Amino acid sequence: MWQLLGKAGKRGVIGVPYMWLLVFFALPFLILLRISVTDMGGGVDPFVSLAQMQDGVWTLKLKLANYVSIVWDDQRPGEATIYMQAYATSIRYAALTTLFCLIIGYPFAYFIARSPERFRATLLMMVMLPFWTSFLLRVYAWKGILADNGVINRLFMFVGLTDAPIQMLYKDVSMLIGMTYVYLPFMVLPLYATLVKMDDRLLEAAYDLGARPLKAFWLVTVPLSKAGIVAGSMLVFIPSVGEFVIPSLLGGAENLMIGRVVWDEMFSSNNWPRASALAAIMILLILVPLAVYYHYSGEREAQAGQAS
Amino acid sequence: MKRLMVAVLKHTNWIWMTSVFVFLYLPLGFLIFFSFNSTRQDARFTGFSLRWYEALMNDGRLIDGFWLSLKVAITTGTLSVILGTFAAFVLVRYTRFKGRALFSGMINAPLVMPEVIIGLSLLLMMVAVQRTTESWFGIGWPDRGFITIVFGHTLMGMAYAMVVIQSRLRDMDRSIEEAAMDLGCRPAQVFFLVTLPNIAPAMVSAWLLTFTLSFDDVVISEFLSGPGVTTLPQAIFTYARRGINPTVYAAATLLIATVTIVIVSYSIWMARAQRQRARETQAAIRQAHQYND
Repeated sequence: MWQLLGKAGKRGVIGVPYMWLLVFFALPFLILLRISVTDMGGGVDPFVSLAQMQDGVWTLKLKLANYVSIVWDDQRPGEATIYMQAYATSIRYAALTTLFCLIIGYPFAYFIARSPERFRATLLMMVMLPFWTSFLLRVYAWKGILADNGVINRLFMFVGLTDAPIQMLYKDVSMLIGMTYVYLPFMVLPLYATLVKMDDRLLEAAYDLGARPLKAFWLVTVPLSKAGIVAGSMLVFIPSVGEFVIPSLLGGAENLMIGRVVWDEMFSSNNWPRASALAAIMILLILVPLAVYYHYSGEREAQAGQAS
Repeated sequence: MKRLMVAVLKHTNWIWMTSVFVFLYLPLGFLIFFSFNSTRQDARFTGFSLRWYEALMNDGRLIDGFWLSLKVAITTGTLSVILGTFAAFVLVRYTRFKGRALFSGMINAPLVMPEVIIGLSLLLMMVAVQRTTESWFGIGWPDRGFITIVFGHTLMGMAYAMVVIQSRLRDMDRSIEEAAMDLGCRPAQVFFLVTLPNIAPAMVSAWLLTFTLSFDDVVISEFLSGPGVTTLPQAIFTYARRGINPTVYAAATLLIATVTIVIVSYSIWMARAQRQRARETQAAIRQAHQYND
């Protein structure tokens, strides 16, 4: 059929989504890069032309100062700017979130994959169900749960763990709980997908050859689920670098992440070139994890292609 | 000793799973429970009341936001499924063409890309387009609002729809398409009579998923909406930053109930349809064998 469809048809099928992506994905990026090197001067027009005619000569005005000001503050030379601090905070939270999701999610996915087959579909649906209800509302609920006179503090005080409420909200604790909570399913699903396909006989073989359960797990199960670990980690790490909602609701002043900073530059300071430059650097930061993710998902795709 | 260890391990899995599920469902339980509270209290249940539901019905911002979000999500879901089907066909059926690597890179990126980047770059483009059209035609298009939000959500939704439809398309038995062609179907007939019904369940799932993503999204909407245009999540976000508001809990409870009913009944229906199809296939194979004998 696809041969019959002919060249024109093929062009049409490819062309429609291709054009859409070029217009709504590639083009906006180029515009973002272009604005990030714009010199607004004293003006307020971020779309001011980059090329200018002066004394009969065309000059290209690229302003890299937007980038320089991100890494270097003239007022406080040598010290980390608020932007660099925000990048560092973002990466730290993203890394910790990935770690916690892996620690909680790996055994969880493993146990679901090992549970009786008739339960698996239901268990998976139970993982997905919260994911279908508003992410914003679920994060908002944590605000009430972790508050000074919230459910957890009341419980702690009731049990006698503390006399006075412990502040958990607007701190590392609330940030990490919120982020781990939101991104956990993104870790569990790819892990489950690789673990459920694993051949049990390999583990049995390891036992027969004298491996203890933990050793067998470390030497057989973990390497075989590497694709899932990598895919899950990237699916958690990359979007959490740019997280915007969770720091706004559960974070305090010292939990400033780069997504929030971009927003403030854009809408509070109205400094579009700097917001663009900040976003461009954020893209640079996630480029390597993105390449790793593509590499592994490409491999998966190739395997699936062979299987069919 | 070994038996004891096995027993402990056996219990570890249920303990671990139960704790994670408690963690996953705690916020949902919290929202539902305290939406029926009679006071603005977050830790003590002071008595059952429906006052927050009443407050919700009279809250213009949330109601208006709901209708806007509904319109945006329906449009996004439909557009995403159409574009996602195209994209899935391209990835599954056309393994070789110029620019395939770029295509697959672009379609996959919105799955992981931080939404802030997507929102910001789309906003810059929308402003650029609006200025250009204004200087050319005197009328700036598009105004920030419904249409720009739909564009932004569809960019994300299309990627998710593609993933769902792609896996179905890959598993599909292509010999039935060939059989239809042998029986004299034209390409369009093959597509509408054979291929489309086969991938239809995946398209329904993809629609539900992209509808939900769009209905939930706050970041892209925050970047792309204009003055006076507020989706439901945006309205909730504004309330949420101010502090505790049980009206939002009431909205959440209604949302959770709707989603649960839709998803559970959809999965039951899907499972039943699958069993039915398996039975019919079995019967057809048996019949074919009888003919051959």
